[in-house]
Amino acid sequence: MAIKVRIPTPLRKLTNGSDEVFAEGRNIGEIINDLEKSFPGLKERICEGDGKLRRFVNIYLNDEDIRFKKNLETELKENDELSIIPAIAGGSI
Amino acid sequence: MSFMKGLKCRECGKEYPKEALHVCELCFGPLEVNYEYEKIKEVLTRQTIEKRPPNMWRYKELLPLESDPSVGAQVGFTPLIRAHNLGNALGVRELYIKNDAVNYPTLSFKDRVVSVAISRARELGFKIIACASTGNLANSVAANSAACGMESYVFIPHDLEQTKIMGTLIYGATVVSIKGTYDEVNRLCSEIAGKYGWAFVNINIRPYYAEGSKTFGYEMIEQLGWRFPRHVVVPMAGGSLITKIWKSFNELQKIGLAKNLDSRIYGAQAAGCAPIVNAVKEGSELIRPVRPNTIAKSLAIGNPADGYYSAKVMRDSGGWGECVTDDEIISAMKLLAETEGIFAETAGGVTLGVTKKLIEQGRIPKDESIVVSITGNGLKTQEALYGKLNQVTVINARLAEFDDLVRANGKEYALKS
Ligand SMILES: Cc1ncc(COP(=O)(O)O)c(C=O)c1O
Ligand SMILES: [Zn+2]
Repeated sequence: MAIKVRIPTPLRKLTNGSDEVFAEGRNIGEIINDLEKSFPGLKERICEGDGKLRRFVNIYLNDEDIRFKKNLETELKENDELSIIPAIAGGSI
Repeated sequence: MSFMKGLKCRECGKEYPKEALHVCELCFGPLEVNYEYEKIKEVLTRQTIEKRPPNMWRYKELLPLESDPSVGAQVGFTPLIRAHNLGNALGVRELYIKNDAVNYPTLSFKDRVVSVAISRARELGFKIIACASTGNLANSVAANSAACGMESYVFIPHDLEQTKIMGTLIYGATVVSIKGTYDEVNRLCSEIAGKYGWAFVNINIRPYYAEGSKTFGYEMIEQLGWRFPRHVVVPMAGGSLITKIWKSFNELQKIGLAKNLDSRIYGAQAAGCAPIVNAVKEGSELIRPVRPNTIAKSLAIGNPADGYYSAKVMRDSGGWGECVTDDEIISAMKLLAETEGIFAETAGGVTLGVTKKLIEQGRIPKDESIVVSITGNGLKTQEALYGKLNQVTVINARLAEFDDLVRANGKEYALKS
């Protein structure tokens, strides 16, 4: 299943400038691995060496922080959308 | 001479030049100023510091400027008072108040961070100073920019106290009121900083700005006779002050100016905006953002930038986090004023209210030293007190009416014969 992923400005160098890309996966971890296949180097920017999400990177699933769901194990369904957002922008609710 | 080495990512350790950077390009972690502590240790002694004028720049070796500050040379060295009356009221033996309600020039601890931030921004060649603020930062940015002839832009949430707005406009700052919460203001300001290239003191200048808060901690230790207090209670909004107080203690220990660091740091928030306290109580590393609703508007940050590190300071030091309701905030403001003659703003009510609660809970023992951090002035948040204090008594200018009043009060006073 292809899921739409929004890419923040600092990572667009890796996606050839695209602000939105598609990736395949049943959960968010799989999506990240698929993104890494298409855009090598991307995973290192958002995940620690052990695969955990970096502390100052937020991923939102349809506007909800995945840390408050099942994190990288959160399962995805048709038409879900992911956004990768560096935490420093502040952000609001 | 400067002992600032450069910037370093708090998360992955990647090093950066000392420029207007605040985020690690690799991992998005926050950058922090790094110093040559070995060299500082050689030159900075208690005697050197004690001979200098009473302001925050007596610790200049530990601050992130290349040369002397270009604004705010008189900031800091506010009183640390031994609060006997308040101590009696709370039933504790050794209580102190570090009183930044009288910090120069805008009556809050923010003058410490702003004088560093603006001085550094000028060293880096910026022409316009800006900030996202919950009020006190607005006052300080506007005043200190005016004092050094800089143009300033101040962004605030629309529901701030009138006094904080007037106390910003008076300096000629451009004040932009945003229809939204502080967190929305902050997000917009990140975009503006990116687009216009201005010096947002608490965004792109943040690594330097935040260092200014360390002086609150250095002063506390020097004023205690170079001794660490056992318990320190600190108000939290974005969580920068509390992390920098902890850093200041650790630095003093590292360079040998004070010994036996055993302080426990406690964070205070309003119940209507307690994202960091919630995380500490839940034992969680995650800060769940909230939508603020409290009279302590200066602390109303629902998505605190340094929330994670603040919670860590409380954990690592053996402290704790607690919050108080709006009513408890007002009671604590009155208690401080009636016992010590200090009129603190709502944030001070939060800090003292939390201190009282922690003592009642037995988390802070009654026979150990305690410092309460008062960071802002009550004259700026008087709106919170409408309807909460005794009424004034109105009479005509006639002695007989005053006599009636005294009689009505039921008090007997000796008359002059
Ligand atoms: C009076 C007062 N105290 C404390 C704070 C908390 O500062 P920080 O954002 O560093 O946690 C603020 C922040 O605006 C403040 O205005
Ligand atoms: Zn990093």
